[in-house]
Amino acid sequence: MNQHRTVPPIATLLVALAFAPDALAHLQRSDAAGFLSGFLHPISGFDHVLAMVAVGLWGAQLGAPALWVLPVAFPLVMAIGGFLGFVGVHLPGVEIGIAASAVLLGAAVLFAWRPPLATAALLVGALAIFHGHAHSTELPNGEDALLYSMGFVIATGCLHALGIAIGTVRRWRWGNRLLRALGLGIAAGGAFFMWQAVA
Amino acid sequence: MKNAGRWMMIVAVAPSVAEAHLTSSGLGPFYDGLLHLMTSPEDLAAAIALALLCGLRGADHGRRAFFVVPLAWLLGSLGGLVALTPQGNDIVSASWLLLLGALIAFDAKLPLAATTALGALLGLMHGYSNGSGMNLTLAVVLALIGLATAVATMTVLPAAAGVRFGGGSTRIALRVAGSWIAASGLLLLGWSIRSP
Repeated sequence: MNQHRTVPPIATLLVALAFAPDALAHLQRSDAAGFLSGFLHPISGFDHVLAMVAVGLWGAQLGAPALWVLPVAFPLVMAIGGFLGFVGVHLPGVEIGIAASAVLLGAAVLFAWRPPLATAALLVGALAIFHGHAHSTELPNGEDALLYSMGFVIATGCLHALGIAIGTVRRWRWGNRLLRALGLGIAAGGAFFMWQAVA
Repeated sequence: MKNAGRWMMIVAVAPSVAEAHLTSSGLGPFYDGLLHLMTSPEDLAAAIALALLCGLRGADHGRRAFFVVPLAWLLGSLGGLVALTPQGNDIVSASWLLLLGALIAFDAKLPLAATTALGALLGLMHGYSNGSGMNLTLAVVLALIGLATAVATMTVLPAAAGVRFGGGSTRIALRVAGSWIAASGLLLLGWSIRSP
């Protein structure tokens, strides 16, 4: 009479699982990680960093309006490259294009090249496509897409701003020489990445 | 007793349905609505983008947006509450960011009627998306009023900043910010198309 029949633990678990309704809430916890992950992505590759800083340096050398047209053109066209990557458009020689961007932009800073604004914007835009395409094919799943994208774009803008800030030294004679030396360093770095890409 | 413990465990393990959207602030439904905008980057970025666009265009655009956007947002969300159709998706949010960001970046000279129409459409669409994820209760209506209040705040502050500081180098900085918004929208669009 005092015998108690107990529910087996496995039955408890099965009942719990069977009655578990869908959880519909958004994932809130990954938001900050998504932004940070996107922010760190452009600055984690030195070849990207070289080219993006070079855009700022060149803009500073050219002065207004290139000073802000180039940093506007780069992320916009980079996003077009990213879009093409997302929708599956194949772009050949992406790594070579990224290395070439550092070589060409570094050379532009080294020789203080002053083309018409449209030419400079077209060059920067054409090179930005490779960077955007490369990033889109490396993006991790499971992140908040918008925050990741914002972090990614803001980091790119910050690298341009860093180049512009460094470029303010051009008001001094030694500053101009320093800028050209940095251009040489960027072009040399680009050549190294080019060698790695084709090897 | 042993059985009672097992059944308590079943209740504890079985998750209750989590309400999409509303994150609890612990201060009541009105503040839950306020908090919602701050924890929804797609909505927040779109509201700020529209406000910046209006700020660049002038004080009358900003004043109009201050009234139109939150009201449209509230109407849209109330419409979403009673409608049982699917809510908005990332492609819509991405398209808004791309459009508004591009208009800011190119400093588009839009007339007052155009910014008003954009504000109304943005409010209705995003509000509808917000409301369609919720159940019709008094607490949710209070939350939607809180949400509209947050939208009003996040519309008037960037618009006022744009009007007050939107000349010279600050205008250029705002246009650069617009290009970042457009680029983020374009990337989100690609991302959404890749994984709908």
